[in-house]
Formats: sequence, C-alpha cells, structure tokens
Amino acid sequence: MIKFEVDNVSVEAKEGDTILGALRRNGVNVPTLCHMEDLAPTGACRICVVEVDGMRGLVPACSYPVAEGMKIKSRSPRVIEARRTVTQLLLANHPDDCLYCSRSGNCELQTIATELGVRQRLYRGQRATRKLDVSSPSVVRDPEKCILCGRCVRMCEEVQGVSAIDFIGRGSSTVIGTAFDRGLNVSSCINCGQCIVVCPTGALTERSHVDEVIAALADPDKYVVVQHAPAISVTIAEEFGVKPGTDADGRLVAALRRAGFDKVFDTSFSADLTIMEEGSELISRIRNNGVLPMITSCSPGWIKYVETFYPQLLPNVSTCKSPQQMLGALIKSFFAQTQGIAPEKIVSVSIMPCTAKKFEAQRPEFAPNGLPDVDYVLTTREAARLLRTCGINMERLEPDNADTPFGERSSAGKIFGAGGGVMEAAIRSAHFLLTGKELSEPKLTALRGTKDRKEMQLDIDGLKVGVAVVSGLGNARTLMNEIAAGRSDIHFIEVMACPGGCVGGGGQPIGLDRESVKERMKTLYNIDRDDALRVSHKNANVQRLYREFLGEPLGHRSHELLHTHYGKRDVLR
Amino acid sequence: MTTTVDSILAEYAGAGRDALIPILQRVQEREGYLSTDAIVRIGEKLDLPAAKIYGVATFYNQFRFQPRGKNHIMICRGTACHVKGSAKVLENISHRTGVEPGRTSRDGQFSIEVVACMGACALAPAVNVNGHFYPKVSPTKVDRLIQDCRDEETN
Repeated sequence: MIKFEVDNVSVEAKEGDTILGALRRNGVNVPTLCHMEDLAPTGACRICVVEVDGMRGLVPACSYPVAEGMKIKSRSPRVIEARRTVTQLLLANHPDDCLYCSRSGNCELQTIATELGVRQRLYRGQRATRKLDVSSPSVVRDPEKCILCGRCVRMCEEVQGVSAIDFIGRGSSTVIGTAFDRGLNVSSCINCGQCIVVCPTGALTERSHVDEVIAALADPDKYVVVQHAPAISVTIAEEFGVKPGTDADGRLVAALRRAGFDKVFDTSFSADLTIMEEGSELISRIRNNGVLPMITSCSPGWIKYVETFYPQLLPNVSTCKSPQQMLGALIKSFFAQTQGIAPEKIVSVSIMPCTAKKFEAQRPEFAPNGLPDVDYVLTTREAARLLRTCGINMERLEPDNADTPFGERSSAGKIFGAGGGVMEAAIRSAHFLLTGKELSEPKLTALRGTKDRKEMQLDIDGLKVGVAVVSGLGNARTLMNEIAAGRSDIHFIEVMACPGGCVGGGGQPIGLDRESVKERMKTLYNIDRDDALRVSHKNANVQRLYREFLGEPLGHRSHELLHTHYGKRDVLR
Repeated sequence: MTTTVDSILAEYAGAGRDALIPILQRVQEREGYLSTDAIVRIGEKLDLPAAKIYGVATFYNQFRFQPRGKNHIMICRGTACHVKGSAKVLENISHRTGVEPGRTSRDGQFSIEVVACMGACALAPAVNVNGHFYPKVSPTKVDRLIQDCRDEETN
C-alpha cells in the first residue's frame, strides 16, 4: 500500500496505481475525455490535470503513477482554471448545436463543461467545415464534433485489431479518417460500433432508422412486425435511468405493442433455431470429416472481419444465418404464408444491440428477389428513442408476452446475449442430439464470465470436443493465428465481435463500462437459472416449425431459408 | 509499377515498422508520389494497416498521394520568403491553377508543393518550377509564370 495525501486528507493506493485511479477510488472525481478502462493512458486531453507538491507543472492524473508521500491538490484554483481553459479551448471550434445533437444529455464534453461551470464562450476559434461521412450503413461520422481524444482510434486498433481509422494530417488540420480519406463504407470498418460507444461527443453515432419505423407504423397499408434480440431486455432499462442488469422483457414487449407494432417476436426464438441448425452442422462436420474448427456466424461484425482479414477461414464459418436473419427470412415466408399477408406488405423491424446488424440487414445475400428479409434495424439506443418519441412510459406498463409463433424461447436462446452463451446453448443441444440424453448439469461455468477468452474440453460419450469462446476481435485474431499455426484441439469456436458479447455491443446504451457489462451478463444467467425450459431442442414452437414447415435441421427448406455463404472482401486494409 | 515498390521493399527484408518513413521516402523518390497500391503493399510487408500508414504520411508535408503534374511548382514558405509575402504568392498560384497545395490538377498540368525552405533566401520569395528557380516572385509575376506554363503546353 502507498500512503499519499489528497487535498490534505491521507489516503491509500495500490502499488502501480495512477493518480486518476487512486483518486477515483477515494471519492474524488477527476474529469477526463480520453481515458479508457483497461488500456494504457495517452494523456491526450489534459482535462485530468492535478497539482503535485514539488512539481513545477500540472500533472496529468491519468498517466502519472502515485508515489509514497505524494501531496496532491485536486481542486486548487490553478487546477480548476486549467481544466476550464482546456474545456473552453475544446469548445472554441465546436459546433454550437447541442440542442440538435443526438448525444445531448449524455455527452461527456457537455457534462464536463457543465460540471466545471463553463458558462460563456471565451474563445472563438476558426471553425473548419468538414463533411459528414454518411457512407456507412451503420456508423455516421461528424468530424466537426470530434475533439481528437483518440478513443475511437484506439478501440479500433488496440481492442478490435481493425484499424479502419487513424489520425490524418497534422496540427490544427488533424482529423480522424480512413486510409485516403475515403468513406467508411469502403474501408476495412466492420461496423461493430465500438467507436460510437467510447466517443465522448456526438462525432460518432449510429445511422438512425427511427423515423422510417415511425412512418411505417403510421402506414395503414403496412403490417409492421418487430423482433428484439436476447440482449435488449437486459439493457434497454438503462436508457430510462434504471440500474444496469435490470430485465424489462415483458414491459418491453408491452411497450412495443403500444407503439403500434402488429406483432412482437423474440429473436431468442430464432436463437433456439440457430442452435438446432448449427448444432446439427457441427455434428455433421465432425462425422463427415468436414472443415474444422467450425466458427459461429451470429456476429455480423465478425463475419465482415473474416471476409476482410481471414478469407481463408471462410470455409470454417458456419453456414447458418444469424438469428436476426433467420427470423427475418421466416417472417416473410412462413409467417406471411400462414397469415395470408403478402411479404411486400410486411415491414420487418429488429431491435439489436448492434450497429453491424444494420449492415447485415442490407446485405444482398439477405434480400431474395430484391426484398430484404429485415427492413430496419434499430439499436437499443434508437429503440429507447422511438419509445420516448411515441410517449410510451415502459415502467408503467403491465408485462406482456411475445407473439406466437416466434415468441416462445428457451433460456438457452436467451443467453445468446452474453459472450459464451451461444457455445453453452450449443453444447446443451449437441449433447442431446449426439447421445439422446440431456446434459446432467446445464451450467457450463468455464464458458461464463467477462474474460476475453474461454476454453473447455468436453467428453460427450467418448467423443472429445474442444471448444473456445472469444470476444473482441483482437482476441479473435490471436486465436485465429493459433489455428492457422496448426492448433487442432479446438473443434468449435464462438466469436463475438464486441467485448463481452452482445451485452457489450456497439448499439448498447452509451457509458459502457466493465461493471455494467458484468451486471447485464449476470441477469441473463439468472434468467437461465430460473427458467423451466433451458434447452433449445425442447422449444415446442421450434419443434412445431420443423414439423409443419422446415422438415428437419439442414434439410432442403432450412438450407434455402436459414443458411447462406459469405465471400472474400476486397477493401483497403 | 508494383515492381518498383517490391524492389524497394526487398532491400528492407526483415524490417519492422520503424523502417516505414525511409521506405515511404524511397518509394516517393522513385514514383513521384505514394499510390494506394504502394501503401497497401508496404502495409502488407510491415504488417501495418493502410489507415495507419496514411496517417503517418499525411503528418509530413513531404509526401504526396497524387502523381506530380507536368508543371511541378514548389513554393518556399521559409521565414525570409514569408516576410517577403510568400503566403500571397501561394494563394495566387493556387487560385490561378485551381490546385490546392499538395495536390495535382485534374488535367495533370499543375501540381503544387509547399517547401519549408529552399535555401534561396536572397531570392525571396522564391518559386521553383520543374527545377527552374524564379526569384522575387510578385503576384503579377505569378500570372505570367502560369501563363508561360500554359503556353508551352499549347505550342
């Protein structure tokens, strides 16, 4: 333990702590715009400066280690003045359109300016006009609102291993941009949206489809259905100020119905369906000497990553569509037929924790005869915006159930929202499909938790199967390199593009930290613990769907509707 | 073209990312600019993303991303030339040719490069077109200079 003093109070810190970490743990809020949990500090924004006795200049708290006997002033007039000046300089060339900014209310720059009492414009800098980049189907970049903190660049490079963006130019003309300043749509960007979640301002936002959905809901000629992903119910409440890890499943369904959706479906249903198809595919690959290891295909950011960076691994990727696209395909085929509605009349909306799902929905693979299976994708944030715009108070509604035939789910489908959940669900069903017996303990602790990488060796009646779970594409890259180098004890891999899986997705509420991801995960696993139906293959509606429409897993109809193929992508990388 | 880049890269066998700037300089020396292909090839070799290389290259004034024009105009922006009004000269040339500093006109006639100091302070403000020095360039001289370049093209 290190003893030091802050504002004349003696406190303690751990060896190796930064001033920032130590102060925060001791109840002193230090503002910062560039600091990122778990990554090395850069000291870029200079908002976190403090005074240290015996040192001439102010010290950036984020990148300076605490030392024994250090005397720190965290709120001296000099510190406050410096922080205010830095904020005012950042605001000098910032567009004055907070009122119209989608981040107004949860903008870190706005919050810091408010907290520091910056109440007038002291400097008027030259405003550079920079073009909005709306080329991507998922992410919109507004360089004018960018404060060059570098968080997006670091997320993209250090966590995701993509490096689609970097600092371009020098000095006052520096911008964040892609290689050769081209649109994000032709860059190596995989649309994961992690940059949006770490952006302190409104410089990075999702491409919104709220207005299109409101218009569709008002159109009497349209039949509007919605599906919501497993990770939505455990995060959307945060948008309304409820603490992380609160499940709002039934009330979310009620709210969506109130908003005017004709049917509310649960993507966890098609997650169960995915397990049937993917589990069968895995068994078939093992029995018929197919390409192994098989890798999951639920995460559209991961899919674009493989297409861009590891095309040689495409044969390893499961041919299963993601749960969103499976349900999308079923809504405009099976559901349309049984209800006697023309597919062209159906507007299929999905609520996803993900910005890459927007990209996925508009892929040509998923628009048979030019009619997209999923029309609009809303992120968790947009769904909350939709409910607010429509004046729906979710908290006051009685919980309701999702609609048949795609409303029933097992809790195996529900845990898809947590990194490791797909694998756990798959193992539960693969065990049954192989042996005819249920797993004696459905809880697979080795695959749970927020660790980036989890591995497990299974023995299913003598059949040895090695499985691995990774989230965050930097970690996926490490594992893929091991596989390429000849590692052969792994047969099935779950990859989620976002750290922690969908609960940590790029479409989730802003202000993501490790703790809230943990809480969201815990809630999903508690739902699983208390659920009566914990395996996908026992989902009665899935069974009925096979009986009445699909036939069998990997059968002809399944192949047509639920499977696809991806191809190499030629982009600047 | 790719072969030029490859031959330069071959000289840097086993090099790491610290060799990036010398490689970029060599490539530009041989090809006159840094093409998309060249940057991608260098990135593959050094295991660096294209966005990163572009970021590094745009940090320095010396790198350009378009081929030089038929008339490559270098304008000195050193201290002496600045005092003698080189900012106005640059603005004028840029206006007359319709080319931004560091870029090349669409018809490939003109390209403009801003140089920190050409070492010709006695001739300030100094301009260099295709290796030929023009001393004490005034705004009116700029007009004639550009016109000369255009006339040469039509003749």
